[in-house]
Amino acid sequence: MNSLTIRGLRVEYGGCAVLSNVDEALVAGEWLCLIGPNGAGKSSLLRALAGLVNFSGDVQLGGRPLGALSNRQLARQVAFVPQEPELPADMSVTDYVMLGRNPYISTFGRESAQDRQIVADLIDELSLSVYARRLLGTLSGGERQRVVIARALAQEAPVLLLDEPTSALDLGHQQHALELVDQLRRSRNLIVVSAMHDLTLAGLYSDRLLLLHQGVGVARGTARQVLRSETLAEFYGVSARVIHEDDGTVVVVPQRSNGEY
Amino acid sequence: MTTPTVFAASRGSRAIWWVLGAVSVVVVGLLGLTLGPAGPTWWRVPLAVLDRLPLVSIDSGVTDAQWNIVWQIRAPRVVLAALVGAMLSLAGASYQGVFRNPLVDPYLLGVAAGAGLGATVAFAVNRDATATWPIDPVPLAAFVGGVIAVALTYTIGTAFGRSRSATTLVLAGVAVTSLATAVQTFVLQRNNDVVRQVYSWILGRLTSATWGDVRLVLPYIAVSAVILLMYRRVIDVMRVGDDEARTLGVNVNLVRIVVVLAATLGTSAAVAVSGLIGFVGIIVPHAVRLLMGSSNRIVLPLSMFVGAAFLIAADIPGRILTSPSETPIGIVTAFFGAPFFLFLLRMREVRQ
Repeated sequence: MNSLTIRGLRVEYGGCAVLSNVDEALVAGEWLCLIGPNGAGKSSLLRALAGLVNFSGDVQLGGRPLGALSNRQLARQVAFVPQEPELPADMSVTDYVMLGRNPYISTFGRESAQDRQIVADLIDELSLSVYARRLLGTLSGGERQRVVIARALAQEAPVLLLDEPTSALDLGHQQHALELVDQLRRSRNLIVVSAMHDLTLAGLYSDRLLLLHQGVGVARGTARQVLRSETLAEFYGVSARVIHEDDGTVVVVPQRSNGEY
Repeated sequence: MTTPTVFAASRGSRAIWWVLGAVSVVVVGLLGLTLGPAGPTWWRVPLAVLDRLPLVSIDSGVTDAQWNIVWQIRAPRVVLAALVGAMLSLAGASYQGVFRNPLVDPYLLGVAAGAGLGATVAFAVNRDATATWPIDPVPLAAFVGGVIAVALTYTIGTAFGRSRSATTLVLAGVAVTSLATAVQTFVLQRNNDVVRQVYSWILGRLTSATWGDVRLVLPYIAVSAVILLMYRRVIDVMRVGDDEARTLGVNVNLVRIVVVLAATLGTSAAVAVSGLIGFVGIIVPHAVRLLMGSSNRIVLPLSMFVGAAFLIAADIPGRILTSPSETPIGIVTAFFGAPFFLFLLRMREVRQ
């Protein structure tokens, strides 16, 4: 069973601490959502886990330190879906998803039949079969998001990182994308760490939330525990009502302040 | 950029382009052997070539002296044109892939300016002392100049912080190019009498190509080509940008430096014997991309075929049109390359 433990994670940009003292522990199948205002360090945390920025502290996956892994080894353990993925307009969907197999193909080698089968199966599973030979430039936003998720899954990594997976999508596609991720993390027992702006959706889909503020984790727990109007007022500077639905959903509703500040 | 077509081409339809590429090199190569100011009547040449093949015997009516012209004068030119054309196109395509910019040419990062400076110095200094040297110092100086310039670019480009981004390298290349060009101008101003020689060298020529030249560049171009072709799949992964390629397991900085070194090696060798032939390194990969899409796995090798054919073809008008003097090949590549490219763009638009 894979577990992701983070102890004392610290990220610095030019001497300035963007993240400090972050501690977290996740087990396979768990979904942690990072929330917090802009600049709180959500992206930096994801990028540190993805190996894109240097960090100090102890991050272990299944007991093995992440920092000691090479690019290739890390790519087999952690799949990163950036906020604005680069999708070359004239690359086909199949070729793009095949990029996710790169960590398993030797540098001077070619894809094997097994790689092709894995990609084909993924394309089927994510209902992309009809798009298999389409060029990326001809896809809509919702389809593009599915394709990027497919590429991430092709890495067969136990950890999936998503940086603002829904910011470019309409309401319907937001729901589809998050339902897809939820279904996949259950069927594949993935550890999912996402950064999201939409607090209601964050609470609705993830198991736990971590509220970051100026690089420090200031609140952690379930949606019910973290999403409180006082907490949001203090750290987001927002005036909001928090409604608890009968089915347990926590809804954050911004409210206008009637002229008093 | 025009909207791409909707579907990726199937493997079968792509295979035909390889055949076309190889065939065009052979056909144009034969043409290059056939056409020229002196030598046997044109239709006798293909017969003479066939006659030289094992198991084939045809009376082509070509005398030994005439065959000498074909084999000792034209054939090295054709082969060298093929090698240089293939190398410049491959280097251009590789740079474009690894810097993710379709406008970079094989002379990026200072190779052209460095080689030009080397050649200029060699011409300026190449007086009585070096006239008796067995080796022509110009190609050597050009080669060394090109390599030093790129080494300088890399040193400067990676000296400031650990960013090592593609942009920083390109900017360093601009700085080194400016410096080398300035020094070159300085040297030329103090040695007015070699200006014409330098200028004609810069425009590129295959005039005095010999089998010796071919033997000289072949190892460098072969090594460079093999390395670049081996990396073409990885360069394709880099199409999604440095960060995403890293998360997919690519060591971006290492790939970039290896590609730059390999491309510089081959380009410097090509420039050393043929001068600065422009256009080929940008036009050919672009044309291939317009026809076949941007997958580097196809663009890199196919560019070699098309580049070889293109330069062999470009070498022909130069020696026929203004005979007995020669038009520098750099002018021909520009003159025919530009309209050809426009034609390709138009063809693409019409097809949409």
